[in-house]
Amino acid sequence: MAVQRLPSWREMPIGGVIVNPGNSLEYKTGDWKVLMPVIDQEKCTRCRICWYVCPDSAIKELDKPYTTKKGRAYKISYEVDYDFCKGCGMCAQECPVKAIDMVPVEVV
Amino acid sequence: MSAGQTPRGPLRIRSLFDLPREELFISGHGLCAGCTAGTIMRMLVKVAGKDTIIVNATGCVEVSTTRYPYSNWLVPWFHSAFENAGASAGGVARAIEVLQRKGALPKDRKIRVIAVGGDGGTVDIGLQSLSGMLERRDPVMYVLYDNEAYMNTGIQRSGATPYHAWTTTTPAGKVWRGEWRTKKDIAMIVAAHKIPYVATANPAYPQDMVNKFARGLEVLDEGPSFIHVIMACTTGWRFDPALGITISRLATETGVFPLYEIDHGKFRVTFPVAKRKPVIEYLKLQGRFAHLTPAEIEEIQRLVDERVAEINRLAGKEVIGPVAK
Amino acid sequence: MEAQQAAVKRPIPLSTNYAVAYAVKDLDVDVVAAYPITPQTTVVEKISEFVANGELDAEFIHVESEHSAMSATIAAALTGARAFTATASQGLALMHEMLYIAAGLRAPIVMSVAMRALSAPISIWNDQSDLFGSRDSGWVIYFAHTAQEAYDTLIQAYRLTEDPDVLLPVMVAYDGYVMSHTTEPVVTEGRSEVLKFAPKRPYPYRLNPDKPVTIGAIVPPEYLYEIKYQNVKAMEGALAKAEEVDREFGKQFSRSYGVMECYMCEGAESLIVANASYAATLKSILPEAWRQGLRVGLLRLRLYRPFPVKHFVEHASDAKGVLVVDRSISYGAPYQGPLANEIAGLKVREGLGFNLTSVVAGIGQRTMEDEDFMALVRLAWESRTRRFPETMFYGVRE
Repeated sequence: MAVQRLPSWREMPIGGVIVNPGNSLEYKTGDWKVLMPVIDQEKCTRCRICWYVCPDSAIKELDKPYTTKKGRAYKISYEVDYDFCKGCGMCAQECPVKAIDMVPVEVV
Repeated sequence: MSAGQTPRGPLRIRSLFDLPREELFISGHGLCAGCTAGTIMRMLVKVAGKDTIIVNATGCVEVSTTRYPYSNWLVPWFHSAFENAGASAGGVARAIEVLQRKGALPKDRKIRVIAVGGDGGTVDIGLQSLSGMLERRDPVMYVLYDNEAYMNTGIQRSGATPYHAWTTTTPAGKVWRGEWRTKKDIAMIVAAHKIPYVATANPAYPQDMVNKFARGLEVLDEGPSFIHVIMACTTGWRFDPALGITISRLATETGVFPLYEIDHGKFRVTFPVAKRKPVIEYLKLQGRFAHLTPAEIEEIQRLVDERVAEINRLAGKEVIGPVAK
Repeated sequence: MEAQQAAVKRPIPLSTNYAVAYAVKDLDVDVVAAYPITPQTTVVEKISEFVANGELDAEFIHVESEHSAMSATIAAALTGARAFTATASQGLALMHEMLYIAAGLRAPIVMSVAMRALSAPISIWNDQSDLFGSRDSGWVIYFAHTAQEAYDTLIQAYRLTEDPDVLLPVMVAYDGYVMSHTTEPVVTEGRSEVLKFAPKRPYPYRLNPDKPVTIGAIVPPEYLYEIKYQNVKAMEGALAKAEEVDREFGKQFSRSYGVMECYMCEGAESLIVANASYAATLKSILPEAWRQGLRVGLLRLRLYRPFPVKHFVEHASDAKGVLVVDRSISYGAPYQGPLANEIAGLKVREGLGFNLTSVVAGIGQRTMEDEDFMALVRLAWESRTRRFPETMFYGVRE
């Protein structure tokens, strides 16, 4: 991995100010986890609780329609952003229909 | 109109789906896996919206979310020291007022200032600064995320540490049995300043918590507000990271953390609990209480019972009921 | 027209504290954080009168301690307001961590310090132990020796601190009681002239929802050094800026001071280095000293941080003796007066030939009569040929 050149004092904004907040997206916390959530789209009732609970906004609410095998049609779906999910398991714990399983991360 | 704003002011919700999808507290921060502070902060800025300035005391949230060069706050954010969130937030709010008066900032823009502090920075070292801000009626909403110890520095007791809790400076051994003093009642201390709005909140009760944030922001035209949020800490309370919300819920279900508000002096329990769960349901999930004997658990149950009785007296009726048999 | 201008320039009787307050008013300061402490209190009292009467539109924050005073001042400045506070002694000590934070965050603020002894024992009287305890905090530091200079320097200070190449907080210090509470003639210039000289230039990354920034992040080892080095460079550059500001002030208001004043230095064989009220008193003593054949000049320290090295070298290079008067004690240091230590270092680095004499005087406002100042002048004269290796504590009862 290439080492990033660190900036000189001239190149940094004064006083340690971060002028481009939101750059935390470069700090991918997804490699923290040993367990990862897997959402069963068939069971998920789109209640928004997992999305609400996640401290890392790692459950994304997408305008992705989905119809279950039993014919329930949803306008949205929830997907895990594994780049940032830390594997805490709060989503699985709070899901009222147990649609989320925490499974071990595969070590490649 | 920014996220979180409605024509009538800050967001009010009936269901989770009234929350805007936009994130102003985004991914990539260093809070522990399962840290309920992340949930709380996300919702706080969702409710407050873009026209918000956050003033953050030193602590878990400050250190984990702004490790140079990264920051995950999409609203203006300021930290200077540990014990001065109150004074600093007051300075920001007053600066905005005068700048608007003198035409340096647009007069019709409602920019709200929210001070955020942990229990260490609020009930201990920051108490003076908070009290001054409240007494001066600086237009600031102060949000206390209470994980009941100095967690950022590694789980040392604070004035908010509950009775018998293990911490690294009140360990449980032969002579000491964890913390031996009871938790400082910060919400009542704040209420004694007679500010327009004080509330306790719990992320396990989203509508209640979000609406309290909204109410706290609404009253800023009259004076400051204060929201005391319980913040279950997987690292310091010693529980499986998945249980943060579950344990938070148990805190209210057992009467350990009653949910109430004092709105212009009127006391109201916002989540009545008809039959309380015994406190052991709450304690047994947490490693910081693992050393307790049955007699010590009974002591804690008695303390909770006393507290509940106090709450019911303030409410004028039994809003939190007896322990379910 | 000229008669009108002359009328405008008529001085009014003001204490140094009031002179500072008038400067704050003329500068149209936006936020004042106020906490009382002797002998600064009348600064904020006077400012509150201005606000109460509508002469100054400012948010007057009645903070509950000096730590909160500095916290609120920094926060207000970083929100884009012109902010001010005043303190002394215990208050300056109480806000100590915030001083470093103000400089570290590059907050454009000005604070007046009516210098007073630090406890313990508690003393409300004047010496400079409070100020010298803060000299490494990263602030630009001026000493004023007259009420007029305090007024003028407050104004220069805002122009300096808000300069985008400086953005360092500035302290304007003067002797408590001796100056803060005594009345002198002061010409005040009025708001429109003062704002012409020092128009508001808010902090560049001010807290504003239109352009969110994160101020006050925790900085790991890979980055901290460079951020602190930025302060080194800003402080270095502040010297030339301070000189320029003073020159421009002179052009607009016909008063200027330089960064270090050499009074009766021409032909002097020895120099006394002094600041604030002692410098003012020495100015009245020296003519008589010269009449007695004591050719001793005064090096009045005005800008202290950054230290005007070149000016000092220029003035002191021919001196045979230099007597440094310290108004505070640096216990156990090689010279037990902080200024003496700094000048000793300068002497060695620049290869200057004078004998350095270190004197501590006036601790806790121990009275110095004219003959005491004359004694110091004689000591400076003696220093041409005699070496006094240890710090002398003038006036202490052994």
